[in-house]
Amino acid sequence: MHVNFLGKELISPTVLASGILGNNFDILQRVHESGCGLVTMKSIGPAPRDGHNNPTVIDLGHGMINAVGLPSPGYLHMEKEWAALDNRNFPIIASIYGASVDEFQRVADYVSDKKPDFIELNISCPNSEKHGMLFGTSATASFDVVNAVKKMINTTPLIAKLTPQALDIGEIAKACEDAGADAICAINTLGPGMLIDIESRTPILDFKKGGLSGPMIRPVAVRCVYDIFKATRRPIIGLGGITTGADAIEMIMAGATLVGMGSAVTYRGIEVFKQVTNEIDQWLDDHGCTLEEIRGAAH
Amino acid sequence: MDNKNLTVEKKPVMFRVARTKRETPDHVTLSFNGNIQFRPGQFVMLWIPGLDEKPYTISYHGSDFFGITVEAKGRFSKKAALMKEGDLLGIRGPFGNGFNTAPMDRVCVVAGGCGTAPVAPLIDMLGNDITLIQGARSKDLLLFRDRYPSLNGQYCTDDGSFGHKGFVTELLEQAISRTPFNMVYACGPEIMMKRVFDICEKQNIPCQVSLERYMRCGFGACGACVCGAERVCIDGPVFNSEKLRQMKDFNQSALLKSGAEVLLSTYASWRCGENIA
Repeated sequence: MHVNFLGKELISPTVLASGILGNNFDILQRVHESGCGLVTMKSIGPAPRDGHNNPTVIDLGHGMINAVGLPSPGYLHMEKEWAALDNRNFPIIASIYGASVDEFQRVADYVSDKKPDFIELNISCPNSEKHGMLFGTSATASFDVVNAVKKMINTTPLIAKLTPQALDIGEIAKACEDAGADAICAINTLGPGMLIDIESRTPILDFKKGGLSGPMIRPVAVRCVYDIFKATRRPIIGLGGITTGADAIEMIMAGATLVGMGSAVTYRGIEVFKQVTNEIDQWLDDHGCTLEEIRGAAH
Repeated sequence: MDNKNLTVEKKPVMFRVARTKRETPDHVTLSFNGNIQFRPGQFVMLWIPGLDEKPYTISYHGSDFFGITVEAKGRFSKKAALMKEGDLLGIRGPFGNGFNTAPMDRVCVVAGGCGTAPVAPLIDMLGNDITLIQGARSKDLLLFRDRYPSLNGQYCTDDGSFGHKGFVTELLEQAISRTPFNMVYACGPEIMMKRVFDICEKQNIPCQVSLERYMRCGFGACGACVCGAERVCIDGPVFNSEKLRQMKDFNQSALLKSGAEVLLSTYASWRCGENIA
């Protein structure tokens, strides 16, 4: 099932979400070969960063909570990775983060030279003291980051990744579009939330708080994508709790062009990309329609 | 709180330490009351509330108890080794594939250092009709040396204080010349497992080895523990010869906590540094 996204032909409308399995070239290639249309590298930061101690990821069955904490070798220390990716035969999104507009610019400038197919600005991570969500909850701050990066790089299409914590996510998406974002990706994890172990009376995650993902947050993700579709004309990568073809169809009807998956790997394995693609195909066949016809159909 | 059944719960289940046992100057076993369903070679994430969480294998198991043996080496394991009866620990798991234990004769188990702990339940399952080859730095660090008296194990030490002075791989080559094994299982330092694999390849003997990488989720989502395209936590930690032949990062490289890919020797010294810090 081929899909066109910002001028690129993809083998599937499915996308590997940032932060899941994006750690090296080999695993990105494996995910692509498992039927994923577009794979996202683990978020790249301005400096080496270890992330948090464990526990960092807990599976609650109906979804997950995580505070991995944006580990990254730092953009200057990934030469072997970039060299391997140079010979790839699949499209990638390079996700990047920073603690300031200047840091976003610096990382984006360098990463853009490495020719990823897309750059995703992670302005929405809830799991760090000073990165991410601070930008994504403010339309002005979101505009400033996207605008600054867009001015610096005009060859690589930019995707802004948004947080469901914004009071009006449509307004944030519109600000990103006005600043030059080529596409919107939503949603990042919901929260942060917290788990407390009642025997030891201790928060389970080492960072104490963590973002929620997986099936339990899907209705929030669907609503966010619905709001973004109303507010902008930019294509949307919709994600948050999708694990089946029916979930994906729902997200596309809310307005998504592509559908991302992350936690779904926990529930259905790496093969989930091929499975969901086939399930979407089957549904479209059964209903005699195309992806284009159902996109935004719930509006 | 004790005597809980662990199945596929992925939130930590809390257990109080029921007994502790000093096995060697470096190794302590923490025992818990409860039943845990697992296959030899699978692991659990052991949580010390407020400190950290690390992967460990089960080293003892019965119908109403199980044990985890830790090597007091660094920040986490030294704290774990000091745990006392009644102290509270969290356990997530079991995770991973475990050893494939299809019944067969002429089986060899090779264990190096604290790699003896993960293969202990494997030896329990395989019974008396196996060849055990075990190595350690010195006699007093040969973990579980008296646990399998009927096995007639072959031992070696770096300093020659017990058994053969030298490496398990030398004993393995001698053993193979006497017995054409149908399967070799190995757990220990990665360089040891690579040499075991190479010997087995030369002799056309299938082998299974248990790898270690820095882990986070334990169930295949985060990707922190990838070795090439394989997730050690869920595609492994046990890999067979067929897989090992394709794993170019085996005994070569590993990811640090930051995700930076480094030589295995750099990774090993970072793990020690991380542990000591």
